[in-house]
Amino acid sequence: MSPSWPTIRFTVNGKECAVQAPPMKRLLDVLREDLHLSGTKEGCGEGECGSCSVRMNGELVNSCLVPILQAEGADIQTVEGLASDGKLHPLQQAFLDHGGAQCGICTPGMLMAAAQLIERSPSPSMAEIREGLAGNLCRCTGFMRIFESVIAGATQIAESAAKKVNHAG
Amino acid sequence: MSTKTTTRIVGTPVPRKEGVSKLLGAAVYVDDIVREGMWFGATVRSTIPRGLIRSIGFDRRIDWSEFTVVTAADIPGENHIQLIVADQPCLADGQVNHCDEAILLLAHPDKHKLREAVDAVRVEYDPLHPIFTIEESERQDQVVWGTDNLLKDFLLEKGNVDSVWQNAAHIVEGEYRTGAQEHLYIENNGIIAEWNAQNGITVWGSLQCPYYVHKTLIKIFDLPDQKVRVVQTETGGAFGGKEDYPSTLASHAALLAMKSGHPVKMVYDRMEDLAATTKRHPSRTRHRTALDKDGKLLAMDIDLAMDGGAYATLSSTVLSRATLHAPGPYSCPNVRVRAKSWATNSVPYGAFRGFGAPQAIFALERHMDEIAAAIGIDPVELRRKNFLHTGDTTATEQVMREPLIMDKLLDRILKESDYYARRERFARENPTSSIKRGIGFACFYHGSGFTGSGERILNSLAGMDVTPEGKVRVLVSNTEFGQGTNTVLTQIAAEAIGIGYDDITMAAADTGMVPNSGPTVASRTVMVVGRLIERAGIQLVEMLRAHAGLATNFTRDEFFAACERYRSTHGEVVSLVRYEAPPGIFWNDQKYRGEAYPSYAWSIHMAQVAVDTVSFSAEVEEFWAVQEVGRVLNPVLATGQIEGGVAQGIGYALYEKILLQNGHMANNQMTNYIIPTAEDVPPIHVFFEEIPFQYGGYGAKGIGELPHDGPAPAIVNAIKDATGVSFHSIPLLPEDLFAEFAARQLAEEPATL
Repeated sequence: MSPSWPTIRFTVNGKECAVQAPPMKRLLDVLREDLHLSGTKEGCGEGECGSCSVRMNGELVNSCLVPILQAEGADIQTVEGLASDGKLHPLQQAFLDHGGAQCGICTPGMLMAAAQLIERSPSPSMAEIREGLAGNLCRCTGFMRIFESVIAGATQIAESAAKKVNHAG
Repeated sequence: MSTKTTTRIVGTPVPRKEGVSKLLGAAVYVDDIVREGMWFGATVRSTIPRGLIRSIGFDRRIDWSEFTVVTAADIPGENHIQLIVADQPCLADGQVNHCDEAILLLAHPDKHKLREAVDAVRVEYDPLHPIFTIEESERQDQVVWGTDNLLKDFLLEKGNVDSVWQNAAHIVEGEYRTGAQEHLYIENNGIIAEWNAQNGITVWGSLQCPYYVHKTLIKIFDLPDQKVRVVQTETGGAFGGKEDYPSTLASHAALLAMKSGHPVKMVYDRMEDLAATTKRHPSRTRHRTALDKDGKLLAMDIDLAMDGGAYATLSSTVLSRATLHAPGPYSCPNVRVRAKSWATNSVPYGAFRGFGAPQAIFALERHMDEIAAAIGIDPVELRRKNFLHTGDTTATEQVMREPLIMDKLLDRILKESDYYARRERFARENPTSSIKRGIGFACFYHGSGFTGSGERILNSLAGMDVTPEGKVRVLVSNTEFGQGTNTVLTQIAAEAIGIGYDDITMAAADTGMVPNSGPTVASRTVMVVGRLIERAGIQLVEMLRAHAGLATNFTRDEFFAACERYRSTHGEVVSLVRYEAPPGIFWNDQKYRGEAYPSYAWSIHMAQVAVDTVSFSAEVEEFWAVQEVGRVLNPVLATGQIEGGVAQGIGYALYEKILLQNGHMANNQMTNYIIPTAEDVPPIHVFFEEIPFQYGGYGAKGIGELPHDGPAPAIVNAIKDATGVSFHSIPLLPEDLFAEFAARQLAEEPATL
């Protein structure tokens, strides 16, 4: 660690973080090395495979292409932020039930892309799903189980939201 | 009994055993591990394809005292990777035989300092003439391996091919080629190694076969078995690509660990992984086929050649599987397969899902369509006339004793895909459309398990123990890398013992802990090792009944109570069993005759393809896969295996091209080595017919490799149906389609130019 490195502050999974790091250090490495959040994976290091996908200020980004300098003040969500209260996120549960994860290395990024997609389009068409996941390569599944998982997860989220509305009403 | 149909857990879609940890991002892959005092390793590689190493220099701008430097001279034992032939050095010693061959290793505590240091090592060469093609190797005017460049050859003969040509109604010839293919597991190769004088070497890594790595390390370091421990970490895809290469990488990391005195992590980046590790063997297959006037096969004369690259690695067994799959699921009285694997100065080709079969089946199933066109019969009817049936003999004169239902699979896929109606519709629509649609299929088998006497030689040992914490722990060296080993073996153990899925855990694939149940390759795990776990579970229950008072019917709690009674009187609660070959299995390795595989999985693939004659792209619009794989033990996982294999096969046919420049992979990035994405993979319809195999784990046969065998020929047959153009090689990227179509247009329309 060098004293000349700036301190960069941002939020990860709702928790405030301050990291002293070279400004061009990749967000991916800061997450994995400085914050020990190793759920985010590196597959290609050039923004092609999407394994390192995280959500930053509501956008899906390849964390291997984001210098930490750009994360100043950002709100970041990683795979570690999906489950809450010891309960899997509906997308995680759907991936488990429908065989959406095989070797698991693309899974964290795929889940973040799926979460982003469903937030934008709560009941996505097949064309939207294909487009939404096109930046995330999976070599194991042939994507069919992933599509099924995303549909099931979206349905589950929509149903819980409807229940909440009903309760509130 | 393996064939019993009532099961509680086997056959159900239980969730993936390690699924939750993967979904939480908590699963620990090798790059997620940090060891105390850990350094990082890097590799200096050859920049030329063939030559003598004249000198190695170190640029003075680097302070080399900070680095650990390892060369071949630091290897305490044999400088060879132990596969089938020990010809491949762990580190080049005096000569390099392919680009990106490892010459020298560096370690440093700061991984960011390694790249500059690698570039600062200057290797001077006296270049030798390299060769890069099968044809150059066959000519033998440059001998780059052994005395004749021939890594391996096989001759398979049935009947007398040469007696047939004269009286055959039809003779059809064709030549077919397939390109190299990269596994493109999303997790690159990686290993962490530690060394100390007392315990020897421990390595953790992304790998398929812990005992393969163990076999190499004991030779490289000249250590006794117990001084080397190999532990598989969570592995992010493999597909055969982590069958042999981890032996090399583990040796490298361990050499650096020993010399530096620190744990050393070596995790390749994508460019290094693509440039330096194995790929699928390129191939050239020539068919000459004789038929009678009705389209019955009389003779198949097959000449099969593969490019093995610079070292023998697994080329002989890949060639063996290609040889045995070359005649396909057809009955033919006279068959000859002459197969040769040739050395070149390319990075050694290695294991990849299908292991030679996709190459052989591409040639055969394209050729069957060419035969149908040449003699004027429906490609469906040509297959139907010639399918193997129960009781027939294969090219190795193996009698097909198991039920064999290719006709039924064909009926099913024709119906599910509405084949004839689609063909008719496309024939009607194509003439007025710039998008030409077509539909094509391929029929094939995949032999399950090791070839011939392989399983007997492996002599696998597997089983389970019971921990004092009240868990049954499955003890196998077979690894999980996405395909579902953990889940399916757990299902089998739970079923055999009669307890719950959650009562079972999988022991780490750690050579210090588990017996050698063989490598995780060859579609063998569920059939062969699954059967061992089934037998071990039954044996465990019998043991507890005989020695610990377990009743005929028992609850989970009664089972574990009996285990504790057994422990207090007999010690460890362990049940291990060894492989037993199914009865009546005979194989002659010299003549290539007999039971080539204990069982076969059977499949037909159908592809609908759209070829855009303006952009020259070919797109698979819909895909059907029908298969008989014995009993399906987990329908969700099995379906996922088929779909994943089909997607990889689509990539093999239409997307994935390895460009070599002077023997170095020039497109060694995900930016320019393209695999199918979520937008490219069509709807894939998967159908199973189940015929339990008596000697497989709960009736299972092999499934993992089968789905990679069929897509390429089905797709290229569909392109022929769509366009009338018969392509004889893959991959077919838009530029390849363009070249062919443009050439035809020139030939047809000279006046318009």
